[in-house]
Amino acid sequence: MRTLLFEIKESMLIALRSIRTNKVRSALTMLGIIIGITAVVVMSTAIKGINNSFQNGISALGTDVLYIDRWAWFTNEDWWKLRARPNITMQDYEKFKELAKLPSAVAPVISSRQTVKYEDRRVESTVVNGSTADYVKTTNFTFSMGRFYTDIESKSSRYVVVIGSEIAKNLFPLGDALDKTIKIGGVNFQVVGVLAEQGSFILGSWNPDNLVYVPIGTVFKNFLDRSRNSITINVRAQSPALVEETKIEAEGAMRKARGLTINDENDFSINQQEALMDNYNSVVGVIQIAGLFITGLSLFVGAIGIMNIMFVSVKERTKEIGIRKAIGAKRRTILGQFLLESSSICLMGGLIGLLLAVIASMIINQFIPTSVQYSAVIIAILVSLITGVVAGLAPAYTAAKMDPVDALRYE
Amino acid sequence: MNIINIEHIAKVYQVGSEEVFALRDVSLRIDKNEYVAIMGPSGSGKSTLMNILGCLDTPTSGKYEFNNVSVSDMNDNQLAAIRNKEIGFVFQTFNLLARSNALHNVELPLIYAGIQHADRKERAEQALIDVGLKDRMHHKPNELSGGQRQRVAVARALVTRPSIILADEPTGNLDSKTGEEIMGLLTEIHDKGNTIILVTHEEYIAEHAARIIRLRDGLIETDEKVLNRKFPKVKAAGV
Repeated sequence: MRTLLFEIKESMLIALRSIRTNKVRSALTMLGIIIGITAVVVMSTAIKGINNSFQNGISALGTDVLYIDRWAWFTNEDWWKLRARPNITMQDYEKFKELAKLPSAVAPVISSRQTVKYEDRRVESTVVNGSTADYVKTTNFTFSMGRFYTDIESKSSRYVVVIGSEIAKNLFPLGDALDKTIKIGGVNFQVVGVLAEQGSFILGSWNPDNLVYVPIGTVFKNFLDRSRNSITINVRAQSPALVEETKIEAEGAMRKARGLTINDENDFSINQQEALMDNYNSVVGVIQIAGLFITGLSLFVGAIGIMNIMFVSVKERTKEIGIRKAIGAKRRTILGQFLLESSSICLMGGLIGLLLAVIASMIINQFIPTSVQYSAVIIAILVSLITGVVAGLAPAYTAAKMDPVDALRYE
Repeated sequence: MNIINIEHIAKVYQVGSEEVFALRDVSLRIDKNEYVAIMGPSGSGKSTLMNILGCLDTPTSGKYEFNNVSVSDMNDNQLAAIRNKEIGFVFQTFNLLARSNALHNVELPLIYAGIQHADRKERAEQALIDVGLKDRMHHKPNELSGGQRQRVAVARALVTRPSIILADEPTGNLDSKTGEEIMGLLTEIHDKGNTIILVTHEEYIAEHAARIIRLRDGLIETDEKVLNRKFPKVKAAGV
């Protein structure tokens, strides 16, 4: 055991000495691994960040919310058939609300895109969300200032507005939004509340932070024709466990509200975030796997570079190997020397790559909240070590089994 | 006492379909503290014999006993251990590690012998002092003259206190004056009780030895004592 430790220590010193004396070559070899490890770690960190953002964004909307819509979010059904479905109207909503007993909150939602202005500041094409006071109960919104509009304000279609945090930042950089009057599509609204930051860049202009929320009546009066536009009914279950039951009841209630008979197909769809999640995973998941695969490929290319260099190194040092063998180096000593050399190069490359990845992650963090995962660190170190051993194995074996007489004669 | 005892060894190389005999039938005994020169023209088999004596190679047939231990059928690792502990090589082209300094070159066999760092360093330094390179320990081979490089090689050969020193054309790459110095160093080492086997094709180098074995066509032609043995004019160490 002691001799083994001694041999490992001495081989390590010999390997390090060899790396030191061939600085340029070692550095160039390392570069392959540095790039590979950096790419893989940064990629996995970015993926983690994107996933987190998406999940946060989704859960800000509430995972236990059903969306009764004329359209299915994701469907294979014929578009023309869906198009023929009648609009979901406010009457449908009123009836549904009467019939459905399980939901903790039900709110009609209509959206319109309008320019939002305050003095000389404006945000183009902002999604204006029109709903009732119950809407806030279908979300997990928190407020940085003020409140949501009240039942009375919504029933009497007052010109009051709750604005998302991004909108507030854009229109009121000083943070004095409350009680100000802003113009939405040219109509004056009074700000009664500002949302705290909810969500997620990934939902784009549908991010709750980028929306303004007004009583539904004001939307119909000013922006959209009540008879021509279909609304969405947001239905929140009392708990995530009750989502399925709520959905079954909602289907029945909606059929009744729409006056469907037993032979009629549903002329509406009940959507869930689960579907959004599934769809996200199926699309983004593939992109992520492709991304990891491609960056993994760069690591693989780096490994081949190391193997190549090690082969050259063995060839170039044939004479040295001959000398070492002549004065008593055993096969396993030579094997160990070259294996340790390649794995040290890889390990150093891996550590440098990791350092670069951490720095890169800090930069990414400015855009997507994320950080390097501990698992990624451990995997990166292991992968670079294994890469070193695997890439060094064949060249080291070649070196170890050299005949000392031939090796000494080599010029 | 015999250090080397070889009986009827032959070495055959397969070149294509032809068998080439490098050594046909060689028997030889070398005692402790002998100073033997092996001579012969190129192709006589002297390099092959040296490789076998130095345990760098094994004979195709025959028996080789080193310190009464049979080495003819040892495996690679066992041979490496014998080379490390029992044999000190001095080569024509010095064969030093180019990128390591003199001290590290001399330390190397001790590393393979498993000797700890402090002890190793002390012994390597002493070996370099013994060959007159006290001030050159931290120089790399390319910062040393030919004679100094060969001294480093001699120090490396001596540092493990081997049973034999095997010198293969040790003056072949040196001018005659430096060559003479190295021969003086070898004589000095021999005088201290070491066994030396010298391989050369030059008569005046061989005459430093006490016994000359001449090879021709893979056989021993003559094996005789040197009557008017030559002693180097220059005192070796510290020159």
